Amino acid sequence: MDSSQIDEVLRKYPDVKGNVIAILHGVQAAYHYLPESALRYVAKQTGVPLTRLYSIATFYHFFSLTPKGRHELNVCLGTACHVKGSRRVMDEVEQRLSVEEGGTTGDMRFTLRAVRCIGACSLAPVMVVDKDTYSNVTAKKAVDILKKYD
Amino acid sequence: MTKQRSVLTAKKDGKTVRTSSRAKAKETTVRVCMGTGGIAAGGEEVLNSFLDLFSKKAIKGAVKKRSAAHKVGCRGFCAKDVLVDVIIDGKTTTYQLVKPSMVERIVNEHIIAGIPVQDFLIGADYEAFHGKQQKIVLEDCGRIDPESLDAYLAVSGYRAAQKALTGMAPDAVIREVKNAGIRGRGGAGFPTGLKWEFCRRSEGQLKYIICNADEGDPGAFMDRAVLEGNPHAVIEGMIIGAFAIGASDGFVYIRAEYPLAIDRLSRAIDDARERGYLGRNIIGSDVHFDISIKLGAGAFVCGEETALISSIEDNIGEPKPKPPFPAQKGLWGKPTNINNVETWATIPKIIDRGASWFASIGSGQSKGTKIFSLVGKINHTGLVEVPLGIPLRQIIYDIGGGIADNKAFKAVQTGGPSGGCIPAAHLDTPVDYESLAALGSIVGSGGMVVLDEDTCMVDVAKFFVSFCLDESCGQCTPCREGTRMIVKILDEITNGLGTEDHIPLLEELCEVMKETSLCGLGKTAPNPVLSTLRYFRDEYDAHIRERRCPAGVCRALITFMIDGVRCTGCGACARICPQKAIEGERKKPHVILQKKCIKCGACYETCKFSSIAKT
Repeated sequence: MDSSQIDEVLRKYPDVKGNVIAILHGVQAAYHYLPESALRYVAKQTGVPLTRLYSIATFYHFFSLTPKGRHELNVCLGTACHVKGSRRVMDEVEQRLSVEEGGTTGDMRFTLRAVRCIGACSLAPVMVVDKDTYSNVTAKKAVDILKKYD
Repeated sequence: MTKQRSVLTAKKDGKTVRTSSRAKAKETTVRVCMGTGGIAAGGEEVLNSFLDLFSKKAIKGAVKKRSAAHKVGCRGFCAKDVLVDVIIDGKTTTYQLVKPSMVERIVNEHIIAGIPVQDFLIGADYEAFHGKQQKIVLEDCGRIDPESLDAYLAVSGYRAAQKALTGMAPDAVIREVKNAGIRGRGGAGFPTGLKWEFCRRSEGQLKYIICNADEGDPGAFMDRAVLEGNPHAVIEGMIIGAFAIGASDGFVYIRAEYPLAIDRLSRAIDDARERGYLGRNIIGSDVHFDISIKLGAGAFVCGEETALISSIEDNIGEPKPKPPFPAQKGLWGKPTNINNVETWATIPKIIDRGASWFASIGSGQSKGTKIFSLVGKINHTGLVEVPLGIPLRQIIYDIGGGIADNKAFKAVQTGGPSGGCIPAAHLDTPVDYESLAALGSIVGSGGMVVLDEDTCMVDVAKFFVSFCLDESCGQCTPCREGTRMIVKILDEITNGLGTEDHIPLLEELCEVMKETSLCGLGKTAPNPVLSTLRYFRDEYDAHIRERRCPAGVCRALITFMIDGVRCTGCGACARICPQKAIEGERKKPHVILQKKCIKCGACYETCKFSSIAKT
């Protein structure tokens, strides 16, 4: 494993105390997930026990121990989106991509996640692909949006 | 031709372009809403269209006046985004639902020729939306460039910090905050001044303050709007708090789900440090204080203060029993004061204008204004700031413009997963901490989700408890197992498997969870169930006794049928059906094969002739 990207992250946080989550954010940004080898390397370099890193990585929804697809597809299932029919959007997306909530498509194109409110409630239902936020999404509109990403 | 000298200056990020000429300068400023809502509606493209046009030579010549366009944070009325202000010599004109294609007309007809484009102007609903609001925390959100410290200074920014740090004693600041009567805006509503006093009086040289920006309640986004729209107000509030409490380090714990807020806050902190508002000897005083940002990683429970502290300390977000309170033993064992974003952003206003001014707003034990996010089945979705004590009806009907699509109001859910549902019978209740608590709900962080006749209240209860089930840290049994059992029971009820025993069982479970859970998450998770049982018992009964979902939401209890008379045989439903469960010849009535139907509702949404019935 090439550890240069991790070294770069660790250089940003010379003081490990209070920065473990930030370090994991940095590692995940580099690899799009937290590979086991990377976690082992971070543990070795920082002295933070691997078990501790593992517990953090599995507790927080943001971290993933499995590789993610090229695009992160987040369908909001927060309250406002829920009452405006986001479940239908999710069902449609799951069916079109043949993937379940939390999973990654076989071709590694999308990782589908349900998110609980991204604070864009007045635009509900909302879907976020990578950094693009889409508003007033319907099942039909969602299908068109997916076509933009390959 | 008049001799002109045009000057083009661009900020580092290229977002501000100014043109000026020797001709008698008129000021033109264009403000484009670029909060998360504005950006999703195309705010960036709109701003770029203005900037492109302003930089064109022909237009520069024609305008003959200084013109600038900049981004602003959330203006509240997200339903009408992208909102654009055009200000010419101090006169503001606001356009709504602006698309890049509309910009050229605005520039040509309004900015150059001086005649506002009537077709794009805001309507009466915009006035109605703002009529009963009182903007204190949001006063400058949507007016100033959130990425410019100078813009904040221009609206008297950091004046309150200067007043406190150079002219007041720490105890006097605390007294002022106490007298203002402000209570925590994050959910619990604890008096802020008292909280500060506890921390100030705690022994120890080293103390911390924290800004809780882990806005997790689904349906609430005021903290995001404040951080995106006026981040310096939060920093200034924290400077004042640090001085009053005697803290030298501050942290902002912010959700990783808010990238724009993180960007703008980081930039604001850097700018403030560079200009001497953070760091050593702030504003020439002997106060040393700095702020760092700590990112959350997607855990709702980290909004609970002891869990938040655990998270900053490199642990999983498990809450701890209180006492000891953070004011006694908080971050790394030191006295720590935690307030929410909105609370911190209110502090400069209180110090600047005085406690008695603030206390004159609001009612009874609920002073000042509160920001609510008005969402769900309502016409004017957005962020509203109102004096506490305003009747709920005024928020929903006067400001919110009533229920969308002419449907009937059923309830408003306030306070997120810890809150409850308030039915139509209580619409005249004043919105304050005590009155909402008496109805079995809470002000909470300020989420208001409006529900109409098409919302199933049992489904809503299930939604919230499922949320808490996902987000329970799993540490204490009542919360971990209680949420699981409640969801299981509600699942059975919504699937037509409910029995009469389920209701008392639910009530008992709820009581046990409230009394024995470790933290606020578990203690309040039953609230949505209890409040829907209290006001919408008939809906539970319909599910259990009649195997019927009155709102037509619960899939196991509804059937989709095609009305043979109305159906034109267009085939749209058959094409959209994911199960190929609709058959029929072209131009002849179609039928749904019930065995294949998964009740997704796609046909119902697609039919243009209302020929599909849901029973």
